Amino acid sequence: MPVIAPEDLKESYDAVIIGSGAGGGQVAYLMAMEGLKVLVIEAGRMVDPTREVAMFHTPNMAPLRAESTPDKQYGFYDHSVESGWEMPGEPYTNASDAEKREFFWWRQRMMGGRTNHWGRVSLRNGPYDFETRTRQGVGLDWPISYDELAPYYDKVEMIAGIFGANEGMENSPDSSPGVLLPPPKFRAGELLARDRAKKKLGLEVVPVHRAVLTKTQDADRVPAKLHPSNAKAQKLLAENMRMRAKCFFATDCHRGCAIGAAFDSMTVFLRPALKTGNLDVLPNAMAREVTVNDEGKATGVIFIDKVNGGEHHAKGRTVVLAASSQESVRLLLNSKSKTFPEGIGNANGKVGKYLTDSVSSSFSAQIPALENLPLHNEDGVVGQQAYLPFQKVKELLAGKLGFSGGYKLLTVSGRKLPSLSTGKSFDAVSEAEGIPFGKQLKEEARRYYGSFQGIGGQGAMAANDDCFAELDPEKKDRWGIPVLRFHWKFSDDELKQVVHQQETMAAILDAMGGRFTRPPDTEDPLKAVKEGGKTIHEVGGAVMGKKAADSVTDRWSRVWEVPNLIVADGAVFPGTADKNPTLTIMALAWRAAERLMEDMKRGDV
Amino acid sequence: MSEMKRIDRRVALKWISSAAASMPLIGSGQDASSDSAKAPGGKGYGPDPDLQRVYQPGDLWPLTFSDAQRATMIVLCDLIMPTDDTSPSASSLGVHDFVDEWISSPYPGQKTDRNAILKGLDWLDEEAGRQGEKDFVSLDGNAQFAICRDLSILAKKDRKAFPGSFFRRLRDLIAGGYYTTPEGMKDLGYRGNVAVAEWTGPPPEVLAKLGLEPQA
Repeated sequence: MPVIAPEDLKESYDAVIIGSGAGGGQVAYLMAMEGLKVLVIEAGRMVDPTREVAMFHTPNMAPLRAESTPDKQYGFYDHSVESGWEMPGEPYTNASDAEKREFFWWRQRMMGGRTNHWGRVSLRNGPYDFETRTRQGVGLDWPISYDELAPYYDKVEMIAGIFGANEGMENSPDSSPGVLLPPPKFRAGELLARDRAKKKLGLEVVPVHRAVLTKTQDADRVPAKLHPSNAKAQKLLAENMRMRAKCFFATDCHRGCAIGAAFDSMTVFLRPALKTGNLDVLPNAMAREVTVNDEGKATGVIFIDKVNGGEHHAKGRTVVLAASSQESVRLLLNSKSKTFPEGIGNANGKVGKYLTDSVSSSFSAQIPALENLPLHNEDGVVGQQAYLPFQKVKELLAGKLGFSGGYKLLTVSGRKLPSLSTGKSFDAVSEAEGIPFGKQLKEEARRYYGSFQGIGGQGAMAANDDCFAELDPEKKDRWGIPVLRFHWKFSDDELKQVVHQQETMAAILDAMGGRFTRPPDTEDPLKAVKEGGKTIHEVGGAVMGKKAADSVTDRWSRVWEVPNLIVADGAVFPGTADKNPTLTIMALAWRAAERLMEDMKRGDV
Repeated sequence: MSEMKRIDRRVALKWISSAAASMPLIGSGQDASSDSAKAPGGKGYGPDPDLQRVYQPGDLWPLTFSDAQRATMIVLCDLIMPTDDTSPSASSLGVHDFVDEWISSPYPGQKTDRNAILKGLDWLDEEAGRQGEKDFVSLDGNAQFAICRDLSILAKKDRKAFPGSFFRRLRDLIAGGYYTTPEGMKDLGYRGNVAVAEWTGPPPEVLAKLGLEPQA
């Protein structure tokens, strides 16, 4: 495989792609399959999910029962390496340290980026999510419609392999027939939630969409649909699809998937792309700035070789930013030149603006009906199987709810792999005089294990002037690169949404007969809402728009000022919908890469 | 142990417990740092450890317990997670060594637990002294259990005040350490973590108990 070191760089590439995750992986795949010479530079090490992950290890086989530490911030067995909220020598700052005014930034330095750390929930934005300003008077409209993006959603769903069902729900779109893989059967708690929510509240609990193969992919038909008149691409994609096994219904996707059932960029995009012979990947390369020539065209990327600290210049006819939304913002701001003294794309001051994340809160209860169930394996596709799309769309759009953003609810239940906190998880429902221990704890544990139901809400957030990133005027990272300073503030609009989330979660849990150990946080939504960034759905900062005056990229993700530079990660999102961003990142990246290749063919760039 | 002594101890325990009764769901007990707990040596496993290796307590950093402390922890393991009709005790699964590994961790997250556990072990021996015994392990089983029961009540009343806070974290670690072993998981009724060809959903008897229709 052409995994290279800086001294192996070619003189020039058709495209230099910064980042190897959902966006960068997608662009690299498509361009390499179409015969272009492509370089991917990644700040972390090379990764091989087929060899290095620990899928079936139980916590007693790990240090500290696999609990999180500063070295492994999502626990020992999570496949995130060299990753975290805080990383030595790679600081960022916040303008305010007041309650819920700080933004938290997860970085993932490894080949495949954050696709290695992902619940794999893959929902399409709905038609209304592209028209936030027009329909609700807040945030920004997207410069494209759902209908323009829909064919690309089909494509990325076919290549990634997404299970789910077409439910025909308003603003939670269906896929084209035959695209989705069958959803897994519901667990006991999900069936109970579906039954009670429907009967008592009129709410639908439906299969979530997730990038996990519940069935092997159709390697005989899908490649021809995705790469018409490209026999080589069809062959390589078919081979790669046949290397991916279907889920064996055990082990958390966050651990990485050695059998390739769960999507990650290395398994799905980079592995077949490397086989074209058109792709070089360069690990351990920390990008510092995008270079431009006197005409203002991008010419490449200056990066630091993390192995020895050396500085190098990778050159290309086009440059693709896919370093994760805020890292791409940082690169644009740090790319200062005579032509672009405020950084690339920033003549209007919009780079860094309109940072958003999901508006999230959660609630849980114990469900007596789920106690003492006959013992059975409830792993399923481990993790999310069911959810409630937002179902008060009409009331929301009519302004009857008092807030502007919808939210989805993710149900979390089941007889899951125990963790260190399992031992204390029965305290709230114990009948012991003190905290339970001894034989009583063992009896209560057998009774209550698996009877807890959690619900997580993730809601829309409109772009606004209070949430943005800029360069810190003083602080630099270990390589001397200026770092980001974040500004964050939840609006009343978002906090009202959180109250509604909490009320709906409590109503569903109540409908399931839940025993509450505390009331929902309806009085203090600021306490209930998860900190900015903590959902790891942060997007924006180089938003796409209809006009150069108020956005950073055009509708094809091309930086207005530099048309041979595209942004292929979440930075282009003009707001967060009540859907997870990754699927949309990939759909936009496919569309942007296609357009960039047309531009190249025509000689426009 | 005489009834009188028990009452005395309960009164004594009351004095040092705070009146505040709160029971939040998450979070760990906070103790003031104790001078008796010297900072542990050793280094962490770094940001890119071998995930597939099977680790044992003591593999990565030196352990802390003296022979006497380890003997006390074995007794506590079996008071908190004893053998019963269906499953073995915590000490037979080596949970005391996990507790040692935990409090010996070089990471900051375990420092509070280290202080609380080491201070708590001293306190148990002092309490045994008040009852006329050399140390906690020398007390008879009923007396040991009674101390645990009283501490469990203190822990429920106030999660922060010592010695209830010590017992809470001790219980969390021993019970959590127990349920993260294959034997503990089996006792809990966890039946997953095995590869299967198809996931068919809950079996009919589960649906029948819930009064739900079979899935399509």
